[in-house]
Amino acid sequence: MSAPSNRIDSRFARLASERRKALIPFVTAGFPAPEVTVPLMHAMVAAGADLIELGVPFSDPMADGPTIQRASERALANGQTLAKTLAMVEAFRAQDRETPVVLMGYLNPIEAMGWGRFVCEAARVGVDGVLTVDLPPQEAHEPARLLHAAGIAPIFLLAPTSPETRARVVAKLGRGYVYYVSLTGVTGAGHLDVAAVAERLAALRQWVALPIVVGFGVKDAQSAQAIAKVADGVVVGSRLIEAIDADPANAVTAATQLLTPLRAAVDAVAATA
Amino acid sequence: MNAPQPKATAQPYAYPDANGHFGPYGGVFVAETLIPALEALTEAYEAAKDDPAFRAEFEADLKQYVGRPTPIYHAKRWSEALGGAQIYLKREDLNHTGAHKINNCIGQALLARRMGKPRVIAETGAGQHGVATATVAARFGLKCVVYMGAEDVQRQAANVYRMKLLGAEVVPVHSGSKTLKDALNEALRDWVTHVADTFYIIGTVAGPHPYPMMVRDFQAVIGRECLKQMPALVGRQPDYVIACVGGGSNAMGIFYPYLPYESVRLIGVEAAGEGIATGRHAASLTAGRPGVLHGNRTYLLQNEDGQIIETHSISAGLDYPGVGPEHAWLKEIGRAEYVAVTDDEALAAFHDLCRYEGIIPALESSHALAYAAKIAPRLAKDRILLVNLSGRGDKDMHTVAQRAGITL
Repeated sequence: MSAPSNRIDSRFARLASERRKALIPFVTAGFPAPEVTVPLMHAMVAAGADLIELGVPFSDPMADGPTIQRASERALANGQTLAKTLAMVEAFRAQDRETPVVLMGYLNPIEAMGWGRFVCEAARVGVDGVLTVDLPPQEAHEPARLLHAAGIAPIFLLAPTSPETRARVVAKLGRGYVYYVSLTGVTGAGHLDVAAVAERLAALRQWVALPIVVGFGVKDAQSAQAIAKVADGVVVGSRLIEAIDADPANAVTAATQLLTPLRAAVDAVAATA
Repeated sequence: MNAPQPKATAQPYAYPDANGHFGPYGGVFVAETLIPALEALTEAYEAAKDDPAFRAEFEADLKQYVGRPTPIYHAKRWSEALGGAQIYLKREDLNHTGAHKINNCIGQALLARRMGKPRVIAETGAGQHGVATATVAARFGLKCVVYMGAEDVQRQAANVYRMKLLGAEVVPVHSGSKTLKDALNEALRDWVTHVADTFYIIGTVAGPHPYPMMVRDFQAVIGRECLKQMPALVGRQPDYVIACVGGGSNAMGIFYPYLPYESVRLIGVEAAGEGIATGRHAASLTAGRPGVLHGNRTYLLQNEDGQIIETHSISAGLDYPGVGPEHAWLKEIGRAEYVAVTDDEALAAFHDLCRYEGIIPALESSHALAYAAKIAPRLAKDRILLVNLSGRGDKDMHTVAQRAGITL
C-alpha cells in the first residue's frame, strides 16, 4: 500500500535530492504562552526548521523528562487543549503551506475528541503527521487506517531495544518517517552514544525504508552534527524548551539563536559528505 | 453443611486475551522503549506460573513469611448492631506488613530474581505497596527505590520511615498533583531508563499487560482461601463479596476466584470523597469514562479534553484517577457492581469497627466496610456479606486524628 503523498514525503524527497538532513524542532503548543506558538513556528522555519513537531500537552506525559513535563504543565495552565492546538496549526497554515507539521503527544486527548473527529479536523487544518507516544503499532491498526485514508502519516517510535519484528511492524503501518529514540530513557535525559546509534540505524534500514530521524539527547551543534551524519534528520526538543524557558518573554529570539547554529552544523555534514 | 451451595457455572471466563485485552480494556499503551521489557516480562511470567518450583516457592513464602492463610472472622457484634445480614471479614490486615499488598510483592520479587534483575522499583500511594516492596526487597536482597508523591510523603510519614528502615530509597515526586499517579509516571520513567537491570513491581491490577493479569493472579490467593474457608465456617459461600477499589488489586484478588459462582454478588466500592456531585472524589468507574492512562485502557477521571483530573479521597490508597482494566470489563459485562461511599461514611465505618470489633481497619478497607454497613440492615439475618478487610489502619492514625481536630 502506498501512502498518499503529503508534505512530509515531499520534504524528505527534496532534502535527499539536496543531500541535506532535516532539522526538526519540537515545541509544546501553548508554551510559554498561547499567543507565542504560531509566531514561534514561523521563526523556527526562518531559522532553518524543515519540519515542526508540535507537542500536544498532556497531564501525564510519562515518556517525557522534567523539561517537557513542565512545559506541558505550563501550557495546560494556560488553557491549552487539543482543539486549540489544531487551531494553531490552522493559523500557521494561513501563511506557511510548505512546512510539514507533526502533532506529537499522548493518546488520551485524541481519544477524548474521538479518532474520527480528530483525523477529520487534523486533515482540514493541515496536519501532516501524528506521533502518539503511548500508541504502539499493535494497538494502532484502526487509528492508522483512518490516518492513512486522510493522507496523514502515523509516525512510530523505534528504540535501541526494538528487535526486527517491531521494526517490520513499524515499517508496515508507519508513514512519513520513523522517530528513533536514541536513548533508553525519557526526553532530555543522559548523553548520546553516536556509534551505537549509527550501528542500530544501519540495522533498522534493512527493514525500514522510511527516513529515520533521531531524537532524545540532541543538545548542541556538536551532537546535532554527529547525529546528522548517520540519520535522515535531527530532532531537538528538551534543549529548545530549556532555551525558551530561560527567556520566555523573548521566546522567538531564544529559539532562533538556538536553531541557527544547529542548522549550520547539520548542513556542514552535507557539505563534507 | 446442608445450606444450598451456589455452584460454579460451566461458562468459561478467559481474560485477558494474548495481547492483554479485557474486552475493549487493558492492552499495552506505552512508549516503544518499554515494549521489549514488557514482552520479556510476559514470557518470564507465563513460564514461571506453570513451573511447579516457582509456585511452590511462592506458596511457601506466603505461608512462612506472610503468615497465610489469613482467617475469616465473623464480625458478630457489629452485625448485631446493624441488625441485618452477617458480616464476615477476610483478615488481610493480619498479613505481614499489614495489608494484602505483600502477596503480589512476593510473587513479583520471586520473578525479578528468576529474571536476574538486581534492582526493583515501585510506586506507592498510601505507602503500603512501597512498604511491601521494600520488605520483599530486603527479604530477597534486592536494591529498592520507591517513588511516592510529595503530598503522600507528607500524609504517610511513618510509612516513609518504615521503607527507609527496610533499606529502600524513597524518592518524593513533585510533579503534577504530587500523588499516586505522578509516582507511577516517575516509576515508569525510571524503568524506561534502567530497563536492563530493573524490575518494576507495580502494586495494583493496572498498568500495561501483563501487570493487570499477573497482579490479579498473585492476589487471587485471597479469594481461593475464601472459597475453602466459607463452607468450612458457615456451610456455604457468601451472598455478597465486598471490596474497596482504588486500582483494585484487593478486589480483583477476592473477586477473581468467585467469578464462576454466579449467585455470589461482587461489589467494588470506590471513594466518593466529599461526594460525587462535588467533583472531589476518586470514583473512576462510577463517574469517569474510558480512556488511556499508564499503559492501559480503562475508566478514568478526566476532563473534556482528555486531561487527567486531580482526585480526592481521605484514603491515599484510593486516591487514583484510573482503575484496573479488568474492573472496567467486569462492570461492562455486569459480573461485578461498583458503588461509591464518601470520606464521612468510610470514617463512620472505621470507628464502628474499632469500637464493636477491636479491629482498626485501613481507611481504604473502611470504604468496603461502609458499604456493607449500608446494605446489611436491609438484608435478612441469614444473609452473608464477606468483606475484604484489605489492610490495617495503623498507618492512618494521623489522618483520622487530624479529622477529629487532634494533633498526635
